[in-house]
Amino acid sequence: MTPRQRRITLVVGILAGVSLAGVLALNAFRENVMFFFDPSQVAAGDAPIEKRFRLGGMVRPGTVDREAGSLDMSFVVTDFKHDVRVVYTGVVPDLFRENQGVVAHGRLGSNGVFVADEILAKHDENYMPPEVAKAIKEKHGGVMPVNPDIRAAPQTGT
Amino acid sequence: MLAEIGLFAMVLALLAAMAQSVFGIAGPWLGRDSWTAAVRPAVTVQFWTTTLSLAVLIAAFVQNDFSVKYVAANSNSALPVGYRVAAVWGAHEGSLLLWAWILVAWTLAVALLSKSLPSSFAARVLGVLGLVSLGFLAFTLFTSNPFMRLEPAAPDGRDLNPLLQDPALAAHPPMLYAGYVGLAVAFAFACAAMIEGRLDQAWARWTRPWTTIAWAFLTVGIALGSWWAYYELGWGGYWFWDPVENASFMPWLVATALIHSLAVTEKRGLFKSWTLLLAILGFSLSLLGTFLVRSGVLVSVHSFAADPARGMFILAFLVIIIGGALTLYAWRAPLLRSEAGFEFTARESFLLFNNILLIVAAGAVFAGTMAPLISDALGLGTLSVGRQYFDPVFLLPTLPLLALAAVGIHSSWKKGRVSDRRAAILISLAVGVLITLVLVLGVWEGAKILTPLGFGVGLWLFFSALVDPIDRWRRGLSWSRGVIGMAIAHAALGLFVVSVTAVESYTRERDLALAVGESGTVGEFEYRLLSLETAEGPNYDALRGEIQVFEHGEPIGILYPEKRNYWVQRQMMTEAGIDMQWSRDIFAALGEDLGAGRWSVRAQVRPLINYVWFAALLMAIGGVVAATDRRYRRREETGE
Repeated sequence: MTPRQRRITLVVGILAGVSLAGVLALNAFRENVMFFFDPSQVAAGDAPIEKRFRLGGMVRPGTVDREAGSLDMSFVVTDFKHDVRVVYTGVVPDLFRENQGVVAHGRLGSNGVFVADEILAKHDENYMPPEVAKAIKEKHGGVMPVNPDIRAAPQTGT
Repeated sequence: MLAEIGLFAMVLALLAAMAQSVFGIAGPWLGRDSWTAAVRPAVTVQFWTTTLSLAVLIAAFVQNDFSVKYVAANSNSALPVGYRVAAVWGAHEGSLLLWAWILVAWTLAVALLSKSLPSSFAARVLGVLGLVSLGFLAFTLFTSNPFMRLEPAAPDGRDLNPLLQDPALAAHPPMLYAGYVGLAVAFAFACAAMIEGRLDQAWARWTRPWTTIAWAFLTVGIALGSWWAYYELGWGGYWFWDPVENASFMPWLVATALIHSLAVTEKRGLFKSWTLLLAILGFSLSLLGTFLVRSGVLVSVHSFAADPARGMFILAFLVIIIGGALTLYAWRAPLLRSEAGFEFTARESFLLFNNILLIVAAGAVFAGTMAPLISDALGLGTLSVGRQYFDPVFLLPTLPLLALAAVGIHSSWKKGRVSDRRAAILISLAVGVLITLVLVLGVWEGAKILTPLGFGVGLWLFFSALVDPIDRWRRGLSWSRGVIGMAIAHAALGLFVVSVTAVESYTRERDLALAVGESGTVGEFEYRLLSLETAEGPNYDALRGEIQVFEHGEPIGILYPEKRNYWVQRQMMTEAGIDMQWSRDIFAALGEDLGAGRWSVRAQVRPLINYVWFAALLMAIGGVVAATDRRYRRREETGE
């Protein structure tokens, strides 16, 4: 091969490689991206069944239910319009508690119960995930129903 | 009164930075030697005033001056003195001041060590650094003044976030910033070369050690953050593809590419405009990382309270710096043509592919990090991207990269003569495969497809990296620091891959519900809760568990996980109990009271996990060794 042909082969090879990587990345992206839904969207049937997504809202007071001594638990996530029951087995984060914002990762069963495999509640007791704050705000015209201290961002440092 | 001195010093530093950038850029341009000569004094003034400003803030923390708002918000009289100092960079305002100080410290180092450079070039480098400094100081002063007073003074402070009361995290931000800001030096060198319209091999030799040192700091900073997340967040992982982790990882990937591309530019005078582009890209990603972390657009542990004014300021700064540099690039880069060719199997080709794969990896991480923000901004729905995306798209370019490195480090410049070392490459591959078989079939059992692949390629790279030093030793040749550093860094990368593979493949983990005296099993391990007692620290009280761990019935360690309640912030914190053994970590974190006397316990056994951070540290050491090679130092002595 002449140097010119070699260079062309090289460029074509690189382009092919990069486009292959792009296609695969796009594919991985489409399959693995997780969408966020609030309880009202779940009630309206917008959320997929048996596909992983993020469910966010507040933990409704008085709904955290656990058989004493067991890792199995359930609670209700609410946006004060609609409720979704969540079941989960395992350790919940330190800041998980009633009347606090929570995000659960998992799948919605056809019975309307959300089976979570991961529970997130971040590191500030006043913290609410922005997407939860937004979802609730939209439902209430900007008025927070509980806990006026709630801000839409965590307050921790680097 | 003291705080006002700090503020005043910061204003002086801002003025000095202004002078530095005007003299540095306009001086050589207008040919005014007196201006050019004034740049170094301006740097000195900026350094001492910024130092004074930072010292004042540290003093305010140490003396518990709660009339300063930032101190009152982030410290407490019960906080141990060491953490009071670390609290300086525990939140936004102080972090920025620290950042500005590290930048000016780098600038001073450049000013002192650049005496042998042509004075106009050195002045331009310092001028560009002055511009960056100016932006950061203005940002700190106008949007995030750490010396703001609180009227009336608070009786006591709100305390440092308990998560941040930790030695590794005290060191994490300074290290990371030193890396981020160090990339500003490479950026300034690139801009100066473009302004000058001249980029030769001496330029690359000059830029290389600075970039490598910055890269080493960045490596250590990221590793410290990852280590902290492992033992402090109580989740037990070492990397979560969290947007903020990605924000520091993208500049690292680009800086890695830049180091390699600079090697080509230095040795062969090739890849010139590509090197410039990488230098611009590396620093841009550092700034972008700052923007993402500081503006509150990201949901993360690291985000501070959202402030749109700050976000807009950084965004504007980002646009000016990146836009300016890219405009300069478009205008000047065509002047800097590379005139040489190379063969397909020469080292240049390997480094070209290294660069392409690293940039593809950085691009994939970038896409996954930005997609949620873009989707949200365009109203396309709120989505999140997790490891299900990142793992495969990151491995896709990096696995071939590792194999390429194992072969490529034996290639020579210009001519493709890998065949000289074909035997060595094949022997290291064979040894790697052999050990992989022993590990997969003998030591640990059961494997996914990626397990032997990861072990094999990691071990191959490890042994392959050692071939060159051994070969030189046998032939009685000297070891230059460049050779040693390169061998250490690449062997460390191999070690890193091996340990990550072991952790990912053979971690045992399970959540248990245990009462005192009960035990639960995690694979072949048994966790027994011996006792639960209360304990008290300087600013918290805790519930302390004592857990004995057995393997096949044999006791192998005792863990003391804690659940801490920090008094001031009333925050519950999980302090994991970890028994560090030479081949693995045995880990337990206390969850919550489940009732009926039981507590939830997160139990994990992770093989080789400490080698992940150790390997990162080794890589950084390799970088430092290579950057202090004699050929960089000799030039300073003789003024070549």
